Amino acid sequence: MEHYTMNLTLKVWRQKNSQEQGRFETYQVSDISSEMSFLEMIDVLNERLIKEGKDPIAFDHDCREGICGACSMYINGRPNGPWHANTTCQLHMRAYKDGDTIVVEPWRANSFPVIKDLVVDRTSFDRIVQAGGYISVNTGNAVDANAMLIEKDKADAAFAAAACIGCGACVAACKNSSAMLFLSAKVSHLALLPQGEPERKSRVLNMVHQMDKEGFGSCTFTEACEAVCPKEISVTNISRLNKEYMIAGLTEEK
Amino acid sequence: MKWSEFFTSSVGKKFVMAFTGLFLISFLIVHVGINACIWADLVDDSDNGEMFNKAAHFMGASYVIRIMEIGLFLGFFLHIIQGYMLEFQNRARRKKGYQVAMGSKGSAWYRKSMGLLGTLILLFLIIHIQDFWIPSRITYATTLGEVTYNNGAPIHDVYTKMLLVFSQAWVVVVYVLGCFSLAWHLLHGFQSSFRTVGVHNKKYVAMAKGAGIAFSIIVPLLFALMPISIYFGWVNNN
Ligand code: HEM
Ligand code: SF4
Ligand code: FES
Repeated sequence: MEHYTMNLTLKVWRQKNSQEQGRFETYQVSDISSEMSFLEMIDVLNERLIKEGKDPIAFDHDCREGICGACSMYINGRPNGPWHANTTCQLHMRAYKDGDTIVVEPWRANSFPVIKDLVVDRTSFDRIVQAGGYISVNTGNAVDANAMLIEKDKADAAFAAAACIGCGACVAACKNSSAMLFLSAKVSHLALLPQGEPERKSRVLNMVHQMDKEGFGSCTFTEACEAVCPKEISVTNISRLNKEYMIAGLTEEK
Repeated sequence: MKWSEFFTSSVGKKFVMAFTGLFLISFLIVHVGINACIWADLVDDSDNGEMFNKAAHFMGASYVIRIMEIGLFLGFFLHIIQGYMLEFQNRARRKKGYQVAMGSKGSAWYRKSMGLLGTLILLFLIIHIQDFWIPSRITYATTLGEVTYNNGAPIHDVYTKMLLVFSQAWVVVVYVLGCFSLAWHLLHGFQSSFRTVGVHNKKYVAMAKGAGIAFSIIVPLLFALMPISIYFGWVNNN
């Protein structure tokens, strides 16, 4: 693809802290390279803001290679911008052309309160995982990798679910602010494996309980989550989660 | 786990929606079957609603059916109350919304409009109950005539009432619009209810989707054709 440069108008959500009312601020950026990533474009703008003695735009980022799930921007009405199965750090400026206006907002959900500008507090996800998204093991020598046989199809499905990076794009896209795609990925990848078996029932019950406590909504299968998920987690996992929940809820002794 | 928690968690609320939704779907099958009896008049012009009136009589006369009818009202009640609660609770999960809405990126309009479509069905339902259920169950003495078939006991003539109601063009339009709302509601709801209760096997999801599309087109279409065939006189009393 031909390299080109462009001038853009950015409308970015600015908010000092979780208490302050935020507002949109308009910025003109020029000579942006089509080879830059979206975050690099914001870096360029931030360097200028710092030189001008202004507060740079706060945004989350870590790996900048699409695997950590930290970057989180709702760009022109879609989490992570226009590309399919993509994170904001992997969105490149060739998605835009000279003269475009880009509106950048933080994830919006009561359970993801804004900390500053485009940074939201996603510790609700951590607490959901803490409620059961793990397996309890005795420490000691590592077990031989091939000691436990796992059917290939199951291993593949578990692996696909485990690809979830906990970014929260699913919540950001959902009209119900539901965290079910995230939760279903976390429950599925353990429910499909023998290692997950001992805590299978308490896991799903505790994790759903925590999700509700955090104030996420109910899934109504609009599938907007799957459409924006950078890791292409399938809504099929949500049906599996519901099945796990039903069986556990009906048969758990407690 | 306590039942109260099982049915009130975010997943449990969806179980209530799905089970009541599936129950209402089973009701639609019975309802469309009974009403289709009016078309006996197309095959035999001297039927004049005999088959339909007898079927409607059966649905009203037996206590078993009347008790099932209470179950039906309960099903509707639960579905509607839980539906509105879900709709409002879910909306309240995002107090501050987006400047640029997602629109239909990722999800078709009707899949996100179950509350609106349900409300349209509810409005239709109120009109429909006034048109037929109240006359045939409560005010029949003054609102319905009676007919006698083969020297049997006289039964309510709901058929003639239908001919009367559907002789008004605006009523026919309202009913057809009601059927449209139902079709869109079911287009999402049918498959969603199966997936909500845990169907995740690819083979069965494909079946639920296929059957859902067929059901959502065929059943509302049959319902819509009833007032239409009466309005245009294809089905009549002579
Ligand atoms: C004969 C009439 C009706 C039938 C057959 C029906 C069927 C269904 C089905 C199958 C679902 C999907 C449940 C799920 O996704 O798990 C559903 C959802 C829903 N229905 Fe109905 N429904 C009917 C009437 C109504 C009425 C009168 C309302 C009134 C408000 C309503 C409101 C809703 C709402 C808000 C949902 C939730 C959407 C969702 O969970 O995806 N429905 N319905
Ligand atoms: S399911 Fe997808 S969108 Fe949701 S948190 Fe995981 S990776 Fe992100
Ligand atoms: S910064 Fe790690 S996924 Fe974007």
